[in-house]
Amino acid sequence: MSKTNSPDAEHDYSGGLAVIAADKIQDPGLEPHRVRMTDKSKKHEKAASRQVTAMFVASAIGSAFAIYAYFAFPLTDDLGSVRNNTVLLGLGITLGLLGIGIGAVHWAKTLMPDNEVSEPRHQTRGSEEVRARAIEIIKLADSESGFSRRKLIRRSLYGALALFPLPAIMLFGDLGPNPGDTLRHTMWKKGTRLAKDPTGTPIKASDVTIGSVFHVIPEGLADLEHHKLEEKAKAAVLLVRLDPADIKESEERKTWSYDGIVAYSKICTHVGCPVALYEQHTHHLLCPCHQSTFDVTDACKVVFGPASRPLPQLPITVDAEGYLIAQSDFTEPVGPSFWER
Amino acid sequence: MSNAVQAKKGGFLAGTANYLDERVGVAGILKEFGRKIFPDHWSFMLGEVALYSFLVLLLSGTFLTFFFQPAMTPVIYDGAYGPLKGAEMSIAYASTLDISFEVRGGLLMRQVHHWSALLFVAAAGLHMLRVFFTGAFRKPREINWLVGFVLFVLGMAGGFTGYSLPDDLLSGNGLRIIDGMIKGIPVIGAYTSSLLFGGEFPGETIVARLYGLHILLVPALILVFIVIHLFMVVIHKHTHYSGAGKRDDNVVGYPLMPVYVAKAGGFFFIVFGVIMLIAATITINPVWNYGGYDPSPVSAGTQPDWYIGFLDGALRLAPTHLEVTAGGVTWAWNILLPMIVGVGFLAVVALYPFIEAWVTGDKREHHVLDRPRNAPTRTAIGAAGVTFYAALWAGAATDLIATNFKMSLNQVLTSMQILLIVGPIIAFFITKRLCLSLQRKDREIVLHGRESGRIVRLPHGEYIEVHEPLDAHDMYKLVDFADYKPTLARPNAKGKITVGARVRAGLSRFYFEDRISPVGQIELEAAHHDHASELDAEAHKELTN
Amino acid sequence: MAFMKKSNGSRRSPFAAVLVIAAGLALTGGGYAATTAAVAETAAPAAADAAQLDTGHKLFLANCASCHGKNAEGTNNAPSLIGVGAASVEFQVDSGRMPAQASGPQIQKKYPQFTADQIDAMAAWVATLAPGPAIPTDAQLEANGNATRGGELFRINCAMCHNAVGAGGALTEGKYAPSLVGVPADHIYEAMLTGPQNMPVFNDANLTPADKKDIITYLKYVESNPSAGGYELGNLGPVAEGLFIWIFGLGLIVAITIWLGAKSN
Repeated sequence: MSKTNSPDAEHDYSGGLAVIAADKIQDPGLEPHRVRMTDKSKKHEKAASRQVTAMFVASAIGSAFAIYAYFAFPLTDDLGSVRNNTVLLGLGITLGLLGIGIGAVHWAKTLMPDNEVSEPRHQTRGSEEVRARAIEIIKLADSESGFSRRKLIRRSLYGALALFPLPAIMLFGDLGPNPGDTLRHTMWKKGTRLAKDPTGTPIKASDVTIGSVFHVIPEGLADLEHHKLEEKAKAAVLLVRLDPADIKESEERKTWSYDGIVAYSKICTHVGCPVALYEQHTHHLLCPCHQSTFDVTDACKVVFGPASRPLPQLPITVDAEGYLIAQSDFTEPVGPSFWER
Repeated sequence: MSNAVQAKKGGFLAGTANYLDERVGVAGILKEFGRKIFPDHWSFMLGEVALYSFLVLLLSGTFLTFFFQPAMTPVIYDGAYGPLKGAEMSIAYASTLDISFEVRGGLLMRQVHHWSALLFVAAAGLHMLRVFFTGAFRKPREINWLVGFVLFVLGMAGGFTGYSLPDDLLSGNGLRIIDGMIKGIPVIGAYTSSLLFGGEFPGETIVARLYGLHILLVPALILVFIVIHLFMVVIHKHTHYSGAGKRDDNVVGYPLMPVYVAKAGGFFFIVFGVIMLIAATITINPVWNYGGYDPSPVSAGTQPDWYIGFLDGALRLAPTHLEVTAGGVTWAWNILLPMIVGVGFLAVVALYPFIEAWVTGDKREHHVLDRPRNAPTRTAIGAAGVTFYAALWAGAATDLIATNFKMSLNQVLTSMQILLIVGPIIAFFITKRLCLSLQRKDREIVLHGRESGRIVRLPHGEYIEVHEPLDAHDMYKLVDFADYKPTLARPNAKGKITVGARVRAGLSRFYFEDRISPVGQIELEAAHHDHASELDAEAHKELTN
Repeated sequence: MAFMKKSNGSRRSPFAAVLVIAAGLALTGGGYAATTAAVAETAAPAAADAAQLDTGHKLFLANCASCHGKNAEGTNNAPSLIGVGAASVEFQVDSGRMPAQASGPQIQKKYPQFTADQIDAMAAWVATLAPGPAIPTDAQLEANGNATRGGELFRINCAMCHNAVGAGGALTEGKYAPSLVGVPADHIYEAMLTGPQNMPVFNDANLTPADKKDIITYLKYVESNPSAGGYELGNLGPVAEGLFIWIFGLGLIVAITIWLGAKSN
């Protein structure tokens, strides 16, 4: 405001690129007022007035019905009772509300004057006088406080103001711990049995027939006192048995499967949804959230969708009793990508 | 009211009015605002719908806080809903079930709350579209556009924090997606996730934290911004549509009291009533179907509420194998790119008024709205934006589109990717051409009148259709607009053509190269002159008959 | 008749056509349902006697062998049926998926082409080829298990494809997991047991017969208890809700604003 020197700039109301037509067609002014039926005829006016009253009466009836419904339709263990309560109470209140609303609007439209009125509108900026006074006040405040003059005070204030929010930001530090290496490890370790989700029953290799899919958790997860969901969120695994002829395995992973049984992390490498849609014939795993598709026969590489990395494989084998066990933890972090992975 | 004070001394109303005036100066307020003029048009009420939905949200939300418990401590459910009896779940989820099945009207209030949340953001979105397509964001309302934009974003924030509170399977998987997105942010991702969830996902704190945001911070901010938004409407006074008698220096409409008090007050009850009607009859978010959150399962059709859909769609539409690992760090472009697209889109929306103002250089105040056709490029940009948003939005429903229309999921997703890029371009050109055609038609009508459908044969055998001249009021509506002409890049005071000037000149060509000017008085008279001879001929014909 | 009269009144309305079609569909559907119900009731409990096996073999040769091979050994067009068991035959044929009508990403459910006796005969014959899953007994199918456990198992093993309440969902390349609403208990059981098409197998070691019963109990509970909150919008979740509020909610309100802004006559 005070920056501009030329008074012309202060009055810059130019149209810019607008073409100001010299021969603009004249504004004929407001359209003449159309008289309504309710203004012309007493009969219509009376009818409208009755309609408005009827609306308000209907509203009162609706509200009364809602109170009745509250008591008359109590909740029981039956879902139908909840439905009745919701619908009837709700419809009563609906009538109570709509009656008032429609009645009031109808009243305004038919019985209140409908002459359009024009009111002048002023420019948003203050008048020259007001603006001059505003500048004067700012200058006065400046000179009285010495804000511009006392550079040292001003700069030290800026410094103080810049620093004062920092402790507040620090206070958020204890919202959560440093993630450390928690994202790199799961509950799986050498010898942990693969168990059925949610029962925790261990799985024998012979139980896993071709074409079947097991949703797997580490044995002992259900017994955890703390962080059960956090561990499950990382350790969930999908177990599938393929015809060994179908599997394309790299040399180093040849020992990670057992007789065609492979175990892959169920947590999507995109943003972490459970990738659980297994198609028995195509051997594709589909994520229902964002449609990333992984090929189970080919190390769970991404064949479609926004994910980039294959699902991590859990190396498995069997123990002496024939139960499937993990050879180790996953060899890479499971789940979505993060900076340091 | 001040009349009443004088007229009925001693009445109860007068007594109250006097009491209030002597203590809060109510007479002055009424004098100032009581007969303030508001223009009337259906499209001006969309913002009101959002405002009223927000009031309904406050009312129903307060009711829900009396029963909801935002704790994630596991409990064994022993409530009324059969298929969850004996299941382990969080207190938050159990209390949501109790609200639904054991509090009379509780399910109704949950449904009112959720439906009005969807309506709040939808009405705000539609209101923004109205403001955009009519150019209501132009000077002096650019800042109010920003305030409204902030409200829209706050609406999304309020919605998302609320969506996550019941701690059911659906919302839990939604939070997990958020966690995955946060982890993908370079450098700070893993730390931010840990701070938000109080450790590893899902933790036991997130619901309580979101609850604090949802019932305190977000609604408080929304209230503050609504106050600013409305305050600015009072300062600017409402815009009105172009038409006879509507000018930049006046406002035409009905007085606040009594007409608008009745209409707007009544409209609150109507909006509330419609929400109540929907809530009473249509299920929303049946959390009991999803079960408590468990990180292992997921349900087909896991989607966010509609207003977050465009971000979810952006995530789905990212091409495969975008992630880059270099120098020991991971750039998750499959997450970053969608985030940039989503945030970038919102940024363009927020800044659009300033971009257009810079291109046109128009410093005048505008209180008369544009008809969309009279700003063809802006309308076309809007249509392109809507198409872009719609493609992202539909991207979030690829699986449902595939199953319901019997198509291949993969093809639907690929089509959406193509539509996201090609759709806006096509929409731009079609809309622009459409606007220009409509403008040409307006010119035709102004110059030659409306087609009357009456065919007459002239004496020399020619057939003509008689055109009826327009009423002056109708005509004015068709000619009351300004057009802009493109500019050249001009050197500045130092004699240099800056990059900015070049860009601005280029943009002005992009905006205004194809322009149609309103009919002027001279042109109109020339056309009438022609018509006069035509009508003469007709009169002649009638005489000869 | 009342139906006809009503639609007569609005002959030019597009809804009239929809109504007529709906009425027609309801009538034919009802008729079919009545016949199949009657057939199911008359079906005697199957005993694998020689006559039945012979009938089954003949039916197989006439209707299935062209794709599955004379000895059910499989061809390039269709898999071997040796060892698939009676459960698989009943599921495929009784749900109308077999004999397949047209090739495509997925073989569609349609009207069953055989009577229950004929299906039993074919199932009995296929079961003689090699041991395989048998048709579940009525006791296994009764929906009197634990719905809570069934719900949990359903969410972990089935909901990712079939949706949390069995509304169905998409798979890759045009395949889909069908809706489970209205699917009879025996088909649900047999599908879990045999893994038809791209559905994985859930053998008795994975989901025990008790688990399967619990799942059926849960599904039947959901099916027979309409939503407490009113009309369900297909149980499709937030997308359907969003569309509803935009089209009907906001649509209704915009219609009201137009009434509100229009001048009264």
